Amino acid sequence: MLNILWPIFIIVAFVYAFFSGNVDKVNSVIFESTKNAVELSLTFLGTMCLWNGIMQIAYKSKLIDKIVKLLNPIIKKLFPEINKEKKIKKEIAMNMVANIFGLGNAATPLGIKAMKSMQEVNEKKDTLSNSMMMFIVINTASLQLIPTTVIAIRTSLNSNNPTAIVTPVWGASICSIIIAVMVTKIIIKRKKRN
Amino acid sequence: MSIINYISMIAMPAIILIIITYSLIEKNKVYDNFLEGAKEGVSIVYNIFPTLVGLFVAVGALRASGILDVIINFISPVIEGFNIPKEIMPLAILRPISGSASMAVATDIMNSYGVDSKIGQIASVIMGSTETTLYTIAVYTSCVKIKKTRGILMAALIGDIVGMLVSVIICNIL
Repeated sequence: MLNILWPIFIIVAFVYAFFSGNVDKVNSVIFESTKNAVELSLTFLGTMCLWNGIMQIAYKSKLIDKIVKLLNPIIKKLFPEINKEKKIKKEIAMNMVANIFGLGNAATPLGIKAMKSMQEVNEKKDTLSNSMMMFIVINTASLQLIPTTVIAIRTSLNSNNPTAIVTPVWGASICSIIIAVMVTKIIIKRKKRN
Repeated sequence: MSIINYISMIAMPAIILIIITYSLIEKNKVYDNFLEGAKEGVSIVYNIFPTLVGLFVAVGALRASGILDVIINFISPVIEGFNIPKEIMPLAILRPISGSASMAVATDIMNSYGVDSKIGQIASVIMGSTETTLYTIAVYTSCVKIKKTRGILMAALIGDIVGMLVSVIICNIL
């Protein structure tokens, strides 16, 4: 995707700059941007290390098993078809937990594992099963408890209150997840009738 | 309002405290585990840095050239009805497509309009409450070689749009 977008961005910006007379601004922005990237990454580095470290502690403890248990009733509701498949349910739960803790690097391999297990019990191998649809939709929504990336960006830009956005983020995430799940349920029901 | 701020403020320390205490009671090697995770944090930043440089330059050039304002003004009549600040639009469009590009745009927005301004806050909440939808769908369908996705993209994008609208509404209230 970015192989197309990135050159378009650059070409459009540079060509337009020549016509609009903003070449001087573009010229200075080139070097300013690289400086910004370094500054952001440095601030970023601290927050990311701290948070990944904390989350690794959680991940290695039995706290995770407890949360998996807590998620069980929700998973039952969302994935009625695989209720008897204990292994798949556990994989889905682990993926959700990794997402909740913001461990994207752990969440994706766990999610791929869950997808492969669901494919094994999928009747039409070229089409997403109901459970798979629900699983992907939940992964496209943000379950993350603490939006660390955003907090890191806000910190690097000297915000007065970098964490002020935590509660609003929860509100927006919950609304978007509920709607996405509802739309998915509607799609699943419709296909059944046909 | 002050309650919301308070919860936002204590969320991070509270979670850290719970995790460490719990792990300590379990007699885990807390610090070793911390270091292990922190190391991975370094590699994440290390890996994302080249992308950031590339995209910061591209997005910065788009803004400095003046073309971004032209595009924003072109689409603004459509979105002003929803009370969405037009400055957010580049982020809203890029968010589902690319994680690193939307991060660059969000940072650029916060930098240009003020990180604590309303626009900066909306950009923050959108970044925190949505995911890179297209990438996620691509990864999870391709790993099992599935072609028929049964309108899942629509469901996910509707969720994204709702998340963005709610972000705007919440930030307008606060």
